[in-house]
Amino acid sequence: MTTRRDALKVLGGLAATATLPRLGLAAVPGSERRLVFVFLRGGLDGLSAVPAYGDPDFVAIRGELAIAPPGTAGGALQLDDFFGLSPYLGEMHKLYEARELAVLHAVASPYRERSHFDGQNLLENGTVKPFGRDAGWLSVALAEAAGASGVALGPSIPLLLRGPASVTSWSPSALPTPDPDLLERLAQLYRDDPLLAKPLAAARRAQGMMEGNDARAMGGGAQSVTALAKAAGTFLAKPDGPRVATIDFGGWDSHANQIGEYSPLTRNLRLLDRAVTTLKSSLGPVWKHTAVLIVTEFGRTVAINGSRGTDHGTAGAAFVAGGVVRGGRVIADWPGLSDRALHEGRDLRPTLDLRALLKAALVAQLGLGETPLETKVFPESRGLRALEGLFA
Amino acid sequence: MRREAIIAVNRFGLGAAPGELATAASDPRGWLAAQISKPAPDHPAFAELAPSSETLKEYPRWIASLRMARGAPSASMGADGQPAVRGIEQNFRDFFGPGLMKEVGARLAAGASTPAPFHERLALFWANHFTVSAEKPVIFAVVGSFEREAIRPYVAGTFVDLLMAATKHPAMILYLDNNLSVKPGFTGPPNAGANAPRLTGLNENLAREILELHTLGVNGGYTQVDVTTFARVLTGWTVGGPANPGFAFVPRRHDPGPKSILGKTYAQDGIAQGEAVLRDLAVHPATATHIATKLARHFIADQPPPAAIERIARAFRESGGHLPTVYAALLDSPEAWDAPLAKLKSPVEYIVSCLRALPAAREAKPQALFFTLREMGQRPFFAPSPQGWPDTAAAWAGADGLWKRIEWAGTLAARAGSRIDPLELARESYGDAVSETTRLAISRAESRQQGLALWLASPEFQRR
Repeated sequence: MTTRRDALKVLGGLAATATLPRLGLAAVPGSERRLVFVFLRGGLDGLSAVPAYGDPDFVAIRGELAIAPPGTAGGALQLDDFFGLSPYLGEMHKLYEARELAVLHAVASPYRERSHFDGQNLLENGTVKPFGRDAGWLSVALAEAAGASGVALGPSIPLLLRGPASVTSWSPSALPTPDPDLLERLAQLYRDDPLLAKPLAAARRAQGMMEGNDARAMGGGAQSVTALAKAAGTFLAKPDGPRVATIDFGGWDSHANQIGEYSPLTRNLRLLDRAVTTLKSSLGPVWKHTAVLIVTEFGRTVAINGSRGTDHGTAGAAFVAGGVVRGGRVIADWPGLSDRALHEGRDLRPTLDLRALLKAALVAQLGLGETPLETKVFPESRGLRALEGLFA
Repeated sequence: MRREAIIAVNRFGLGAAPGELATAASDPRGWLAAQISKPAPDHPAFAELAPSSETLKEYPRWIASLRMARGAPSASMGADGQPAVRGIEQNFRDFFGPGLMKEVGARLAAGASTPAPFHERLALFWANHFTVSAEKPVIFAVVGSFEREAIRPYVAGTFVDLLMAATKHPAMILYLDNNLSVKPGFTGPPNAGANAPRLTGLNENLAREILELHTLGVNGGYTQVDVTTFARVLTGWTVGGPANPGFAFVPRRHDPGPKSILGKTYAQDGIAQGEAVLRDLAVHPATATHIATKLARHFIADQPPPAAIERIARAFRESGGHLPTVYAALLDSPEAWDAPLAKLKSPVEYIVSCLRALPAAREAKPQALFFTLREMGQRPFFAPSPQGWPDTAAAWAGADGLWKRIEWAGTLAARAGSRIDPLELARESYGDAVSETTRLAISRAESRQQGLALWLASPEFQRR
């Protein structure tokens, strides 16, 4: 069984083997590096995705929600001698075994209340307040990385990508493509209207990059997360395309009946598993330069609630996958699940600031230095170091 | 007051139907005021839709059909031997989809043809404020009836009646899981079916969202203890069994005894306790500010002017949440009549305004409109979360959203053929608020169809 001290040793070991020894000294990565941000909106139940089966309090507090240990029927997939992975994340488990996926646990943004909407806003704007700013940290980071642009997969652009950077968005369409002459005239008509002129220019660029792709053949429903993952791969695989993509994936708010083959949580975990493999195959050779962050706004209560679900909580699990990831490990300073260990007597206690992961990804994938990271991208994060050794 | 008429039909309405600008022009403010002093006119489109008391009885039938499907592995298993992710969804859509499409069609038809578009806008505003969403499958069959039963009858009433109706509607109870919230230590039988889950305690979802989204607002001064206590107050607020699936209060699920919320102790018994808390929340000053801010953002500007918020909030406080008084304060705000075209239309507002402007387009099949709206990012009745749809340009002005509007404008214009004179249509909708640039672009178009597409995609027509 892993103790808190063992977990700390894991972290120490990571630092020792890091190839990016210090922020600011890292070699600026090449422009082939790509970053995908998958936002699981609604609050992923971290202990369902990544059960801490080795914790002595796990079974008692989780009740019916306790996933059995690895090696038993319906049990977790083994990560190490303490943590497992949901049996519905089989493809992600293969990536873990191939050391292309790392798992983080007891991780949380600086948000300590329990509103989805404030929690998402804060995670997206990069400050420590829900309405701290009207721009997203990923847009600010892109603007710092000269010449880099982003794409939001879906019909609208999340706060995360709103702001100073050049950003487009794309999702499949069943309507006929407009006549080029009409588009030319509209570009003229929007000349003095930046609110429309900029998105039109961005949309035309995106359409150009997706030309020849049959959106409707992408499968899984036109707006499904797998279709969006496939499109993300197509965009990022273009040598002159965007370097960053975001995918919104909602429906994780599992207040009730979150177990069983047919529960919404199970369905979502399976979709996530499928989306990650779809993204990998769509990226092709670019996968080896890519980092995929899979993050949620907060975790959920540790104890099962009155209706076989969980309520809004604090810390939870996150994932990072891709060819640049030094994976095959769980990064967690495990706080424990005893009554005393829980945050406010109900939630998993955060021991890792999510922004440490986000900073590390921006260092590795966009070549950002410490100064812009702690002054512009995450303005209230001075002294919060990027996780070291996570990216090759 | 031509300019005020343009603002009345576009900013407060749903875009001009033929002749509407002229109708409103003699007394734009009176035209609006008349729409909120009484219940909305009956929409013929709603007449044949099923009430929630009927559609809720369909669930047991669906579950039975699902069990049969599960018995046949080939029907529900994917190629990998795992249960197919989409199997159940598909089954559910087949069962409940036709009813939902009728709801979509009726709602869009009502918006396209109503002579009281300001009233309709307010109905949509409140339906969004009290979001229930078919993103949660159990809501599929009641999301439309929720709007017709719990929102529309109360638009010109009081906020407390609206709050009470929305909270007690089975759609809200089911959407926010209160049917699953029982007193801690509850050991009674579940209320539906032998396979229903055992219930053992609180589910705080509804209590939290009432405080955060429906009444006080996230900074309204409540604590986690208030949320948990309110959840205890609301235990027992559920839906009945398959035979009588409407709202029900079940005393044996209710956590008895006095409880204290926001510093006040509620000694009432049973359902009266929750009703008393709701009555106090409905007239709380934080609720007044929260509602006023949302109304001002929806109708006036993405960054709502503080003076307008305060004027509306004061009307709310002083009238005890009498909604026609609150709306009158909105209409009395000079800021609301200042700049025309300050807000970008949401996809639903955009599509409905197209249908109002072009009566021939109202023949479009509900499915087609539904899928177009989905591609624009606003699938009707499928709001992404209890917070509802966003209400600012930043959320709707993305590249892909704009692209879809242009695709739709081009498609609609091609269908309309050369029957429509686009310059005439522009004047009919926006009068002299049509810019010289837009007028020139339309007049220089290579065809009437292209001119119409330019107008429907123009900066003016996309705003209100």
